[in-house]
Order: sequence, then C-alpha cells, then structure tokens
Amino acid sequence: MASLDDLKKRISSVKSTQKITKAMKMVAAAKLRRAQESAERGRPYSEKMNNIILNLSNGLSDKENAPKLLTGTGEDKVHLCVVMTADRGLCGGFNSNIIKKAKVYFKKLSDSGKTLKIITVGSKGHDQLKRVYKDKIIENISFKDSKNANYFDANKIGNIIIEKFENKEFDVCTIFYNQFKNVITQIPQEQQIIPLKMTEDETKKSEESYEFEPDEDEILGNLLPKNISTQIFKAMLENSASEQGSRMSAMDNATRNAGEMVDKLTIEYNRSRQAAITKELIEIISGAESL
Amino acid sequence: MSEQFNLEIVSPEKSFLKKDNVTEVIVPAFEGEMGILKDHISIISFLKPGIIKIISSNEENSYYVDDGIVEFKNNTLSILTSNIFDIKNSDKSKIQDMIKQAEKDLVGEKLDDQKRFIISQKVEVLKSLSIN
Repeated sequence: MASLDDLKKRISSVKSTQKITKAMKMVAAAKLRRAQESAERGRPYSEKMNNIILNLSNGLSDKENAPKLLTGTGEDKVHLCVVMTADRGLCGGFNSNIIKKAKVYFKKLSDSGKTLKIITVGSKGHDQLKRVYKDKIIENISFKDSKNANYFDANKIGNIIIEKFENKEFDVCTIFYNQFKNVITQIPQEQQIIPLKMTEDETKKSEESYEFEPDEDEILGNLLPKNISTQIFKAMLENSASEQGSRMSAMDNATRNAGEMVDKLTIEYNRSRQAAITKELIEIISGAESL
Repeated sequence: MSEQFNLEIVSPEKSFLKKDNVTEVIVPAFEGEMGILKDHISIISFLKPGIIKIISSNEENSYYVDDGIVEFKNNTLSILTSNIFDIKNSDKSKIQDMIKQAEKDLVGEKLDDQKRFIISQKVEVLKSLSIN
C-alpha cells in the first residue's frame, strides 16, 4: 500500500488537474456562446447565397457552357479532400471523428482507383493524417494566429482551391467538417463543393423568374468562387462551435472523473491513516502488557 | 401611401443592416449605377467597388462596398457583400491603407482587363472618399 505521504501528493495533484479542467470548461463555455452566435449570424449570408445560385442555375439557358465550377470537369478521377480540424487538442473526439470520417472516404476512393489529394486545415488533422497519407497531403493550412473564424481566412482557402481547380489539378472537391448540433452532439459531415451538388427539395422550390444584369453566365462565374469561400466559412464557423462544445463536454467529464478519483483517494488515505494509528496503539498496548 | 420597401445587407460575419422604410437605393452595379424603387422587377446583379446610397423616409446613408451581389424580389432588396463600411464614421487611415493595397495590386502583372478595371475603379472611389 502506498504510504501516507504518497497518497497526499496524489490527492493534491489530482485536485490541481481538476482545477485546470474546470477552468478549461468555463473558457470553452464562454467561447462556445460566442462561436454559436457567430455561426447563427453567418447563416443568412450562406442561405441567401445558396438561393441566388439556385435561381441562377435554374434559369441558365445554355447548360452545356455553364461554368465548370458548377458542372465539374466532366471527369471523376482526381479528388481533392479538404479536412478541417482544430488547432488544439483536449476536445474529446472532435478531431478524431472528422479524421475517421475522412479516412473511410479516402479508403473508398482508393478502392475505386481514384487519385486522392488532401488539404488539411488545422494542425491537429495534419498531425493525424501525415502518418498514413503523407505523400497525399499537398497543403497544410493553419490559422493559429487568428482568434476567431473570419471570412478573410476562409477566402484564402477558397482562393487556393479555385486556383488548383483552374490549373486542372482535381475534378471533385469535398470538404470535411463537424456540424454543430448541440453541445453533446457534433456530426462529422462531408460536403461536395465542386461540382456543386443540390439536394432534391432545393431544386424544386425555386420558380421565381429573374432579370439578370449582366447575363446569367457572367454572374454565375463571379458568384461561384464566392460561394466556395462562403461554404468554407460556414464550415469553419460550424467547426469552431463544435470544437468548443466538444471541449466543454470533454472537460466536464474530466472534472467529474477527477472528483471521483479524489473521493476514492481520500477514503484510501483515511483508511491507511486509521490503520497506522491502530497499529501504533496495538504496539503500545502489547508493550505495556509484557511489562 | 407606401412607397417603401425592405432592405437587408448581410456580410458573411453578420447581418449588417436591416430596414423596412427605404424609399430608394442606389447601388454601383457592374454595368453602371442602378437606382431601385419599390416594385422593381425581380433582378440579380453584382456590384463593383462603389458607394451604396440608401434613402429612407427620414434619412440618407451612404456605405462603401468592395464587391457584392444584389437581389431584389417581392419588394425586398438583399445585398450580400464581404466588405462594407459606413462612410460617415469611417477611418481615414484605413481608407489610405486600402488605397495603397489596391494600387499595389494594380501593379501586379497577372491581371486581365476586367480585374484591372475593377481595381482602378476601387482606387478612384476610395480616393474620392478620402478627400471629403
């Protein structure tokens, strides 16, 4: 059995760990609120953008000559995957959930004989992926310096993707991120952004006819690159809210576990203290008796 | 009588402005300035750098935009833009910085005519702002 001193040290060390996890939980909770607010504030923009593009692509007169960003290159060989993770750890399964999702997708691609290229956003994802997919990662972007997700950063990623697309480096682009549902649940998502995919019910609901100035093609050509940045920005916002939510629940668990551990150790400490006292008493009594 | 319509300006980070008593909006559309009144036909267009002028029943505001998309539908005008600020309380030094950046971009070689036109337009508008 560990000595009394050792137990005392362990208790105090667990207690200070608990203090740290508690503080991290508080910070995450505060940041979560902010991240959630900005995710909600960013929603109208991406929704409007989506609507406009929908209306445009429906009104498109010449589908053959539509911009490549909308219809794709007509091939399906090279896939670009943008894996978006956090820059920090200690947030439960947040990073590994995305990586897991992405790896399943990667496997599917390589099984069907397609070429894979990866861009990682956030250093944690890069750390985990570089072990297996080192030669596939073509770019690693990290925004450690920027405090919050901002549009400027998203635009940077968007521009990199578009540049690569225009250089014909890939045919299909998919992004991976965590969608924020609530504090306990984050759903890893894969979303194809090039060529743009519309879901069934989205294509149905727009019947409005518009006047365009200049013509549809030109507006679409201008709009689609912006839409990519917007989608990435949306993913970044969702991701940052998810990260904080995930960290908050992870730290909450850690705090609770530390509490349990302190209780257990305290009982053990008290027991062994009592045992030591009893032992001493027995020694004294038996010593007195033998006189 | 009601000659008013709704206006909504959103940027990626937040909803920038929301008004329901606008009587006229002048936007710097790509093919020239465009004034929009109530019951305009549904239209989508995009913006070049310039000044958005918003005239409502009791006031008149001007904002600078870098780029953006306008959509008018059912008497609601939505403007999506990534960079917008109010001219009245804008920061002079920030405008100077933007001019410098734009002029630097202009020197870059890999520009097609359209981009060159847009950036020079931006410089012009910004310069006119910094004089006032």
